[in-house]
Amino acid sequence: MAEQIPLVDYLVLGNDPHLVANECTSCGARFFDRRNACASCGRSGFTKVDIPTEGEVRAFTIVAFAAPGVPTPYVAAMVDCAGTSVRANLINIPADPEHVSLGMQVRLTTEVVGTDDEGTEAIGFGFEPKEA
Amino acid sequence: MATDDVWVLGISMTKFGKHPDKDMVDLASEAVLGALADGGVTMADMGVVAAGSLMAANAGMGQQVQKQLGQTGVPVYNVANACATGATALRVAMLAIKAGETDMGLAFGVEKLSGAGLLSGGTRKDDSGVYAPSGRYGAVAPVDGRIGTDIMPGVFAQIGMEYGHRHGGTSFELFARISEKNHAHSTLNPLAAYSKKMTLEEIMGDFMVAYPNTRPMCSANCDGAAAAVLVSGAKLATLSLEQRRRAVKVSASVLTSDPWEEACQVLPDVNTLTRNAATLAYEQAGVGPDDLDLVELHDCFATAELVHYDNLMLCEPGGAVDFFNSGATWRNGSMPVNVSGGLESKGHPIGATGIANVWEVATHLRGEAGPRQIEGAKVGLTHVIGLGSACGVHILEKSAA
Repeated sequence: MAEQIPLVDYLVLGNDPHLVANECTSCGARFFDRRNACASCGRSGFTKVDIPTEGEVRAFTIVAFAAPGVPTPYVAAMVDCAGTSVRANLINIPADPEHVSLGMQVRLTTEVVGTDDEGTEAIGFGFEPKEA
Repeated sequence: MATDDVWVLGISMTKFGKHPDKDMVDLASEAVLGALADGGVTMADMGVVAAGSLMAANAGMGQQVQKQLGQTGVPVYNVANACATGATALRVAMLAIKAGETDMGLAFGVEKLSGAGLLSGGTRKDDSGVYAPSGRYGAVAPVDGRIGTDIMPGVFAQIGMEYGHRHGGTSFELFARISEKNHAHSTLNPLAAYSKKMTLEEIMGDFMVAYPNTRPMCSANCDGAAAAVLVSGAKLATLSLEQRRRAVKVSASVLTSDPWEEACQVLPDVNTLTRNAATLAYEQAGVGPDDLDLVELHDCFATAELVHYDNLMLCEPGGAVDFFNSGATWRNGSMPVNVSGGLESKGHPIGATGIANVWEVATHLRGEAGPRQIEGAKVGLTHVIGLGSACGVHILEKSAA
């Protein structure tokens, strides 16, 4: 099996792929990026927390026109994972408004998004419908 | 006129659209000369210059215009603040007057965007070499299109859809009807980049950019400039009756940024900072939404206009869909919104936008809007939002002189 690397460092691969956030130890605000301090309370203590892998689609768009090299159409969405909002694509679903709906229940899944010059695969994530 | 008030003495905008034969200095100069003439003043009267341009933020546009129109040696502030750049320039000139540094100042904004395409997410680097995490998310390859979208039509589509998820009632057709309104309004505006009426079918059947936003539901990239001369109430009191009669009072001037909210770093929250700005503006002006005769709000996309009905408190909380469906925001409705045609048809030369919307409202308050005049307009509100985020709200009132 080829070597694999997550597309972003907040995606944890393995048997149970999931996202991990930096949670402020003072106010509980969660962030997916590298932090200097908390944007909510200004303090600088963080702890890693696992994000639930199931959620609800709170907003989506179907992008039909994008930069050269970006395959279209694709569904971009905001998914509410038990109170933590996640930016992701909806995948394994036709990219049309008949199949995608607000309030849809989804779960995290991973896919290969590319391979580098040494054969390492980049693994991305998306959300797919819970009801197959 | 209270001496600590600030007034718009002169204001002007160029036609928005394609200006292949004019550079940014030409466009800005045209707007500035227009505003100076409108106010009956000259560059020599300006104690401060605030210049807004987003794409040419490091070009020293203020000094470049001075080089053409008058190098008077006064302080110049070149400002950039996303799509709130024009409103920010206006506010900078106002702050100088409020601080007592000068009694008259110039603000202008200019942009050349014809044919610019996607302003964000318009290019993507190739995946190449050997994967190595970089950036604040430790990404090994570009994420636009792989983890959501960076393109503005898609970001604002989600903002409108999220409102629909919370309150219900939205649909592709509803958002398209908002665009239909603004395109209909634009037919009366000779300075709009596009002034063609579009049917609902034409709008919905046009090129899809990011569902539910088709091309005519997106703000129009175009060239343009706008400029305003601001004056203190004390100085205005010494000017001619005609100048005092046409002056427009800036009853409120507010700039906010986005306070932290859950999800705001996942999908930009354009709601909280707009609501905060509107709340402060109504308080400053001592008026409420019911007092407004017209509103120019930031319809960068049709999906955005809907949420700002609510954010600006033009309707009941959660009631933007019913409010729009009532016909209230058409020019013959109870709360005309974007009678200029809005960003979807008038166009959105970013740096100019936050002064051009003040020009629109001021022109109605002066009773000089011709065929698109909102009769008897006395109070109006302008709103811009720049992602990042920055929100500018101004409330303007007709002179009693």
